[in-house]
Amino acid sequence: MIDRGAATAPVQAPDQGAGRARTERTTATKGSRATTRYRGAVGKKAVMAVTGALMIGFLVLHMIGNLKVFAGRDSFNDYAAWLRTVGEPMLPPSGFLWIQRIGLLVILALHITAAVQLTVQAKRARPVKYHVKRRVQQSYASRTMRWGGVIIAAFVVYHILDLTVGVANPAGTAADPYTRLVADFQRWYLVVAYAVPLLLLGLHLRHGVWSAAQSLGRGGTARERPIKLFATGFAVVLVAGFLLAPVGVLVGVVK
Amino acid sequence: MNLTLKVWRQKNATSRGHLTTYRVKEISPDMSFLEMLDVLNERLILDGDDPIAFDHDCREGICGMCGLVINGVPHGEQRATTTCQLHMRHFKDGDTIVIEPWRAAPFPVVKDLVVDRSAFDRIIEAGGYVSVPTGSAPDAHAVPVPKASADTAFDAATCIGCGACVAACPNGSASLFTAAKITHLGLLPQGQPERARRARAMVETADELGFGGCTNIGECTAVCPKGIPLATIARMNADYLGLAATGD
Amino acid sequence: MSTEFYRTGAPIEDGKAPDGVIAERWDNRRFAAKLVNPANKRKLTVIVVGTGLAGGSAAATLAELGYDVKSFCYQDSPRRAHSIAAQGGINAAKNYRGDGDSVHRLFYDTVKGGDFRSRESNVYRLAQVSVEIIDQCVAQGVPFAREYGGLLDTRSFGGAQVSRTFYARGQTGQQLLLGAYQAMARQIQAGKIEMHPRTEMLDLILVDGRARGVVTRDLVTGEVRNHFADAVVLASGGYGNVFFLSTNAKGCNVTAIWRAHRKGALFANPCYTQIHPTCIPVSGDHQSKLTLMSESLRNDGRVWVPLTGGDTRAPADIPEAERDYYLERIYPSFGNLVPRDIASRAAKNVCDEGRGVGPGGLGVYLDFADAIARLGRDAVAAKYGNLFEMYERITGEDPFETPMRIYPAVHYTMGGLWVDYDLQATIPGLFVIGEANFSDHGANRLGASALMQGLADGYFVLPNTIGDYLAAGPFEPLDDAHPEVADAAEAVRTRVAKLLAVNGSRTPDSFHRELGRIMWDYCGMERTDAGLRKAVGLIQALREEFWRDVLVSGESEELNQQLEKAGRIADFFELAELMCIDALHRTESCGGHFRGESQTPDGEALRDDETFSYVAAWEYTGDRPVLHREHLTFEYVKPSQRSYK
Repeated sequence: MIDRGAATAPVQAPDQGAGRARTERTTATKGSRATTRYRGAVGKKAVMAVTGALMIGFLVLHMIGNLKVFAGRDSFNDYAAWLRTVGEPMLPPSGFLWIQRIGLLVILALHITAAVQLTVQAKRARPVKYHVKRRVQQSYASRTMRWGGVIIAAFVVYHILDLTVGVANPAGTAADPYTRLVADFQRWYLVVAYAVPLLLLGLHLRHGVWSAAQSLGRGGTARERPIKLFATGFAVVLVAGFLLAPVGVLVGVVK
Repeated sequence: MNLTLKVWRQKNATSRGHLTTYRVKEISPDMSFLEMLDVLNERLILDGDDPIAFDHDCREGICGMCGLVINGVPHGEQRATTTCQLHMRHFKDGDTIVIEPWRAAPFPVVKDLVVDRSAFDRIIEAGGYVSVPTGSAPDAHAVPVPKASADTAFDAATCIGCGACVAACPNGSASLFTAAKITHLGLLPQGQPERARRARAMVETADELGFGGCTNIGECTAVCPKGIPLATIARMNADYLGLAATGD
Repeated sequence: MSTEFYRTGAPIEDGKAPDGVIAERWDNRRFAAKLVNPANKRKLTVIVVGTGLAGGSAAATLAELGYDVKSFCYQDSPRRAHSIAAQGGINAAKNYRGDGDSVHRLFYDTVKGGDFRSRESNVYRLAQVSVEIIDQCVAQGVPFAREYGGLLDTRSFGGAQVSRTFYARGQTGQQLLLGAYQAMARQIQAGKIEMHPRTEMLDLILVDGRARGVVTRDLVTGEVRNHFADAVVLASGGYGNVFFLSTNAKGCNVTAIWRAHRKGALFANPCYTQIHPTCIPVSGDHQSKLTLMSESLRNDGRVWVPLTGGDTRAPADIPEAERDYYLERIYPSFGNLVPRDIASRAAKNVCDEGRGVGPGGLGVYLDFADAIARLGRDAVAAKYGNLFEMYERITGEDPFETPMRIYPAVHYTMGGLWVDYDLQATIPGLFVIGEANFSDHGANRLGASALMQGLADGYFVLPNTIGDYLAAGPFEPLDDAHPEVADAAEAVRTRVAKLLAVNGSRTPDSFHRELGRIMWDYCGMERTDAGLRKAVGLIQALREEFWRDVLVSGESEELNQQLEKAGRIADFFELAELMCIDALHRTESCGGHFRGESQTPDGEALRDDETFSYVAAWEYTGDRPVLHREHLTFEYVKPSQRSYK
C-alpha cells in the first residue's frame, strides 16, 4: 500500500449551493481592456508570445552580428564600437545601446513575470499529484520550457558579465571584445558552457514559436505542421549560427 | 487473465486518500474496464468491504460521466476511447494497473474515484449558449451555413465534458473544454452576436474557478476521447484577444 | 379474462381532448387554455425531474416564461441525461426535400407505425410541432448535417418513405441535448433555474390531492429533503433497465414515475417495449449493458444467417448460395428496412431455429461487403466510420473485414404514466413528459421519433398547457411540518433504512440480473400466457427474497451507489409484475407487444381491434392492480393490418 500525496490539500470546492445568485462579472468595468485581458491566462500567454517574438528578433540580429568575428579582429571590434556610437550625435554616447538594453529588460521582465504567474496558477490547479503519470504527447521541448527558461535566464546574466562587462572573462575587463571572445572559446569547457544553454534555447524556441502562434490565435489544424516545421528549422539555424563563433575559435579558424 | 489493481481509495472529500492493492482473477478479455471493476465490487460487497465508487452511466462513450486515470493516462492508453469503452483485451495477464481519479483543484474528489466536475457547468453557464428563447426562432433554412463551418463546429461540439483534458494537462487547464464550446458556437452564424462576450466570460470564469492556463503542450487533445483539436484553443485565444482567427 | 391478477375499474377519458378538425385542435386547445399573468409567473414554482431532452427543454422554456424552476438529475451534470446517446436523428415534417412529406403524412406514419394504439390528436400535434423544433434547435446552434449549399441535410430513416430525418452525424441526441442543456445553463446563470445535480427523487408530495413537491435524496451527502412547488413535471425517461441488459444508461430507472404511480397516477401500457434490432450481442455473463448500433446501418448493410443451423464456418467462407438473407426473402418490398419490431422478431426466429451466429448462437450478420463493393470503402467509411470504430472497440472485430454481428436488445419503453392531452397525469398538478409518459407512440415507436417527442413536449406542448393548471395558483405555502409532507419524507427515510437493514447475502446487481433474465425470457420479444403466468410467480418470489436477503453495503449518509441501485431495483420488481400482468391481459399482438397466441398464419403480429383498441391504464392498489380503459377512436387513419411485404 502506498500512501503519498494526501488528498487533503486546501482545495476550494466549487460552491455546492444550487440556484444561488451568481456573482456579477466584474470584467466589464475595471481597468483598461489590456489590463483586463492580462488578468486571464490567455492574456498572459499573449504577452509571452509578443515578448518572445521581440526577443527572437533581437536574437536574429545578435546572431548575424556575431558572424562578424569571421571577418577579422578589426571588423568585429569596429562593429562593437559602432553599436556604441550609432545614432550620435542625435543620441548621447551608447544611447542606442541603452535604449535597446532597457527595452529588452522590460520585455524580459514581462516574459518572466507572465511565466511565473502561469506556473503558480498551474501549481495551484493541481495541489494533489498523480502517483503515476504518463506523458502521452508532450515533447521534450514543451516539457522543459520552465526549467529551460530559468537556465537560459541564468546564462544571460553570466553572458553579460563575461562578454559585455568582462568581469567574468579570462581576458579581463580591459581587453577588447574580440580578445575576450577568443579568450573564452579557446577553452573547451567554456564552449560547452555556452553550447548547452544554446541548445536549451533551441528547444525553448522550437516550442516557443509554435506556442506563440497558438497563443495569438494563429494556430489551426492545417497550420500546425508547417508552423512546427518552421519552428524547428528556425531554432536549428539560430543555434547553429550562434555556435559558429565559439566552434570557430575552438578549431582555430578564428584566432 | 489475472491482474493486480492499485486503486485510489478515499472515504470522502475531506479524508486522506491512498492506493489500495487488489487482485482480480479470471477476467475475460471481452469485458470492459468498468465491467472488470463491477466484478471486483461484487466480490468486495460479499467480503463485507466497501465497494469502489466510480462514476459511469451510459457505458457507450457519450455521456462523459466515466473517467479514470489508468496507469497515468486519463481513460487509459487506448486513443479516442472513454474508460467505459476500454476493453480488457488491451491488457496482459499479470499486469499491474494503477487507477486514480482526475486530479485538479476545481475537481475535488467526492469519494474514491468520483470527482465533482460542476466547475464545467459553471463555465458553460458563463456564456456557452446562444440566447434564443423558445419560439423565437426563424425558419431553419433562413440562414444557410457553409458546410465546412457546420462540420468544424460539429467536430468541436462533440465534446462530452468528461474532463480528461484537465486531468491530463500538466497545468490543470480547462482550455480544451472551454475552447470546444467557443469554437462550436463561434463558427456558426447563430453564435456571432454573442461571440466576443462569450469568449471573455467563459475564459475568465475558467480562471476564477482555479483551472490553470494553457501552455500549448497538447496532452489534452491526445487523451480527448473525441479528438477535439488544439486548433480550437487557437480560436478561443483569438476570440478572447479580439483578433480575427485564422484557419481551422 | 381471468381476474386472478387484476380487477377492472371504470373506463377513463381524456378530459382535455379537444374536438373539431384535427388540424385545428392544438390551436383550439391553446386558445382555450387559461393564461398566467406575467407578474404571477414569478410567484409560481415548477419542479422538473430529469434533464434529458424533455426535462431540459421544459426547464429552460418554463424559466424563460418567468416561472421559478427547480430541476433535478441523478447525474453529476444535467448534460449527461441518456438522451445524449441517441444516434440516428430527429423527424420533422419540413418537406425541405419536396418528396411528398407533410404534417399529415408524418401523423399518418406515426399512427400506423404505432400499430393503431395511440391517440390521433396527440400524434397530430406532435407532427405539427415537429417543424418548430428544427427551427428552435438551429437557432440554438445545433450543428446539424448540411449540404454544400449550406442547407440542412436529411435522410430517410427507419423505413420511412420520405427523407424527413435531420441528423448530426451519429450523435444527434448529444447535439440536441447540449442545445437544451445550454438553454438551461443560460437560465441557471439568470437565477431562474435552481439546479440540483446528483439528486434523486424518491417520492412525490401530495397535499390535498395535488402534486406539490418531491422528496429527494442528495446522492453525495445522503440528505433526505423536501422541495415544494406549484406543479411537478416528471421527465425521468423510460424503464427499459427492468430487463437489466438494455441500451439504457446504467442509472436509468423507473423510481420517479413508479413513486408517482404508487401515489395514484395511472400507469399506461407498461408492456409496450421496443426491442431494437441492431445491437451488439452479449459477449458473456459479465455484460453490464448493451450497445446500440444505429439503425441507419440497415440502409446499406444486409442481414443474413447461414442457411443451415450449426454452420460454424467463418462468414467469408460461407458461399452466397448457403446464406439466407431472411429479411429480403420474407419482406421483399421493405427488405432490410422493415420496422424495428419486425426486424427484431425475425432475428429471434432465425436464432431460435439454431441458425444464429457468434457466442451462444445469439446473433445475426449485418454485412457491408456489398455496400463496400458498390460505393467503395471510403464512401462507406464516411457514412458509418464512427459506428464501425465503435463496433471494433467493443468487439475487437473490424466490420470492413468481417460482417458485424447484431442481436436485438431492449431499447425504449412506449408505456409510461397516463397523461391527458395537456400531458397531465391523473394526479392534478403532476405533468409527465418525454419517454416517461405513454402518450404518442402507441405500441411501437418509429425511428427518430423519440427525440421529436421529447423536445415537442418540453419546448412547445407543456409550456403551453401547464399554464392552464397554474392559473389557479399559487397554492398554499408548505413547510416540512405539514402532515402530508412529513409523512412522505418519513416514508422515504424508513425505506432507505429498511434497505440497509436487511444485511443479507446477495448483491443488488445479482437480483437485478436475475429479474432481467426473467423479463427477457417471458416478457421479451415473444410473450405467451403460460410464460407470463410463470413470470409473475418468479418475480414475486424473487422480490420476496430481495427484501429478505439483499446485501447493501455502506451507510445512508454518504455517496452510496449500492444503496441507489437497491432502491431502483426494488421499484423494478413492482413494475415488472405490472408489465407481465399488462402483457397477460392483452391477448392480441401489436407493435412492441407480441403474443405467441395471436399471429397470422405466416407468423406476423395479429391485432384484435374489436377487443383491444384501448389504452390500458393501471391503478396501483398494493394488491391486484385495477385496469381502466381509455377507448381509442380513429377518424383520420383507419386501422389496417400493417404489411411490409
